[in-house]
Amino acid sequence: MAKRIEVSGLNVYYGDFKAVEDVSMTIEPRSVTAFIGPSGCGKSTYLRTLNRMHEVIPGARVEGKVMLDQQDLYASGVDPVAVRRVVGMVFQRPNPFPTMSIFDNVASGLKLNGVKDRKKLTEVVERSLHGANLWNEVKDRLDKPGAGLSGGQQQRLCIARAIAVEPEVILMDEPCSALDPISTLAIEDLIEKLKDRFTVVIVTHNMQQAARVSDQTAFFNLAATGKPGRLIEMGPTKQIFSNPNEKATEDYITGRFG
Amino acid sequence: MTTTLAANRPAYDGKTLDLTGKSGARAFRNTLASVLITLCFLIALIPLVWILWTVISKGYGLLLDGGWWSESQRGVTVRREGGGAYHAIMGTLIMALITAVIAVPIAILGAIYLVEYGRGTKAARVVSFMIDILTGVPSIVAALFVYAVWITVFGFNRVGFAVSLSLVLLMLPVVLRSTEEMLKLVPDELREASYALGVPKWKTILKVVVPTAFGGIITGVMLGLARVMGETAPLLILVGYSKNINLNPFEGFMGALPTMINQDRTELALQPAADRVWAAALTLILLVLLLNILARLVARFSKVNSK
Amino acid sequence: MSSTDGTAPPTAPPDGPRDEKLELGPVGHLGDRLFAGMARGSGVLVVAIVAFVGIFLLALAIPALANNESSFLFSRIWEPGANPPQFGIAALFYTTVISSIIAMAIAVPIAVGVALFTTYYAPKRLAAPVAHAIDLLAAVPSIIYGLWGILFFAPILRPVIDGLGSALGWIPLFQKSVTDNVGVVFTASVVLAIMILPVVTAISREIFAQTPVAHREGALALGSTRWEMIRMAVLPYGRSGVVSASMLGLGRALGETVAVLIILSVPNGNDPWTSSIFAGGETFASKIANNAAEFDSPDKTGAYIAAGLVLFVVTFLVNSAARLIVARSGPGGKRPRRIKRIGDKPQSEGATL
Repeated sequence: MAKRIEVSGLNVYYGDFKAVEDVSMTIEPRSVTAFIGPSGCGKSTYLRTLNRMHEVIPGARVEGKVMLDQQDLYASGVDPVAVRRVVGMVFQRPNPFPTMSIFDNVASGLKLNGVKDRKKLTEVVERSLHGANLWNEVKDRLDKPGAGLSGGQQQRLCIARAIAVEPEVILMDEPCSALDPISTLAIEDLIEKLKDRFTVVIVTHNMQQAARVSDQTAFFNLAATGKPGRLIEMGPTKQIFSNPNEKATEDYITGRFG
Repeated sequence: MTTTLAANRPAYDGKTLDLTGKSGARAFRNTLASVLITLCFLIALIPLVWILWTVISKGYGLLLDGGWWSESQRGVTVRREGGGAYHAIMGTLIMALITAVIAVPIAILGAIYLVEYGRGTKAARVVSFMIDILTGVPSIVAALFVYAVWITVFGFNRVGFAVSLSLVLLMLPVVLRSTEEMLKLVPDELREASYALGVPKWKTILKVVVPTAFGGIITGVMLGLARVMGETAPLLILVGYSKNINLNPFEGFMGALPTMINQDRTELALQPAADRVWAAALTLILLVLLLNILARLVARFSKVNSK
Repeated sequence: MSSTDGTAPPTAPPDGPRDEKLELGPVGHLGDRLFAGMARGSGVLVVAIVAFVGIFLLALAIPALANNESSFLFSRIWEPGANPPQFGIAALFYTTVISSIIAMAIAVPIAVGVALFTTYYAPKRLAAPVAHAIDLLAAVPSIIYGLWGILFFAPILRPVIDGLGSALGWIPLFQKSVTDNVGVVFTASVVLAIMILPVVTAISREIFAQTPVAHREGALALGSTRWEMIRMAVLPYGRSGVVSASMLGLGRALGETVAVLIILSVPNGNDPWTSSIFAGGETFASKIANNAAEFDSPDKTGAYIAAGLVLFVVTFLVNSAARLIVARSGPGGKRPRRIKRIGDKPQSEGATL
């Protein structure tokens, strides 16, 4: 698993409003890439275009190319539903399915796509929960509702659910912003582990987090309010945080950002 | 100065905050509001208790008789005791069942259209507006409409099925609106979670959204059923009352609990007729109550749907 | 396999990426199209039903109206069986509207009180059973309301009616009835009020309970009493919801058939018409239901259908008005569906470092 993502000349629009302008980047497989930047700079919007989740919002559209190892995700004949099986996503707030047990939550991706083989499901669920560092905490209550877990556990459950369908890429949209510091730490440990198998992209507002977990960092910014967000610079995390090329990046990282 | 430090230092600055309560007028108004509001509730309870007491105390006698549940009123006159409500209970159930079979799928699909597909479109606004209109259609108008179509235009007879058709108009908006409300309460996060797993939209709706809203949907269905079961006007216009057992909704007159009550309500001076009226009323209330209780049970058990 | 299309990435990482093509097509699921079609079809059906109700009623009413010798809107005569037929809805319209408005005037304040009681006053453990108890009122079939109303409630109401009649009898609306009827419009109104109470209560309760916690706590944090919190936060938020609930209740009252049919005594043909609510009368619905046996000639049927059509139009207008009020009023009237933009983050923590 894990594929390389190459984006070139990507613009994102909401109706007439251009939200993100001319982004090109390469996201390496088996690594963690962090998107940082001020609120409203379009990093979450951009993240969603990587698995076409932006299409859920009426009026949102995209120009440009997103290649997943030579395959254009926006080519005609590409089904957004199929794209999302390959590029999974974890959201800001934990969102386990409230009608389902822990087991069913993890198995939901497979079950809803028609997998019925009980043995296979059991196996995948166990593997995914191990993969999400959650197995030991929930193994005795797999049939209990997922909503009964703590926030941090729920988020790891959502990660288990995402990896259960064995995607190539996992997108994380501020996965820790609704969690307490201890749960955040658990998720960060998990991200470290996930990159052995997946391409991980994480949007975060927390710069220490970006510095801790990511290999590559991309800094997004707005030229001004009402202007589209742009990719300012991208590079190895160490370099971005210690010796950025752009003044704007340095200002943001050192907290001097207006 | 030989006093100790501790004794010398004031424990506080000497000023006491007034934490005892609000000013008199505000407290009074607050209390007055509480009293009035509680009073409203008590006033609302009076008719409920009174009606239930009346119906139960006057109606329970016949219900204890086995014949009530298994016999019809065939050949029983107002002056005679005996017979049961089997024909009316079955008629009510059959007509309600047909109504539900027609109305519920349309209602749920319509709600899905409004929430999942049409959201924000002009077409959805038109549909939504029409549902509001349908909600307000009185049962007598629904009955007249079916009369106009079924009897005047097509020339069919007055039968149970015609009643069901008119009841569909009454049940449809109830179920549709409650389903819509429930679907709206399902957070978008869950839809997105499902999409992000590569699940197509229709499966997301059927397997994630609807199950999450299921308890509320069932409650809506039950409430809709309860509403149509108690309707009398369509029965008066679209099917004659039959004292005999008729289980065929496409032929002949049919008994129903409301019309059974209506049949004898002018003869309340006669004890046997009065007994039957109140017993039928109690039966109808029990039926409706049963539906309500079932609705809540289903709602409770459907909250978690594991495996 | 990439060997066949020759587009393997030139720099394959050493640990061997899987370079087979992913299955990403085809677009459009049959299930999606089918399901969306069914959903849309149901929406269309709802519109069609309402249109058909109007069209069919109109189509059958027109011939009868054409033969009508009386002014349909302003006449109080109702003799569709006469030759030529004469019928007008003025009396029906008056009784229908006045009884419903009185019912609403009685029901809404109590309903708001009950809704507030269940949402903010009743002890937590009591709130749910209390709400259910009021819902039970809605479960009582209207025919039972009618029976109870005329047999048990009307006698209790008699002294009230007599008292009001004596005190306010100089106003035509409260004039004492010449005939000593039990089944008067006022009695029907009070019973109607009880019947629409649960409808208005249920909707108000729901909207009150939805008052954002932030508004409520904001009010409480200012040192408000419970009542002040309700006045500052809950009532403004729920106002348009209550209005639309009242309209719904009004619609129910306008169209209520059997309870009114049982309670109201039909005035004798020779009695002079009176605007008093302390006299008998007939509403659209009770008139139609009372005379279902008369649907034997097209003219007669048509006359009742025309009356039904007017009732339909009136309820249509009431409901449209309710909707307009809701649409115009501020936030909270209808729970606005949050249009979400991806960039909009509900949380702000961590937004700045």
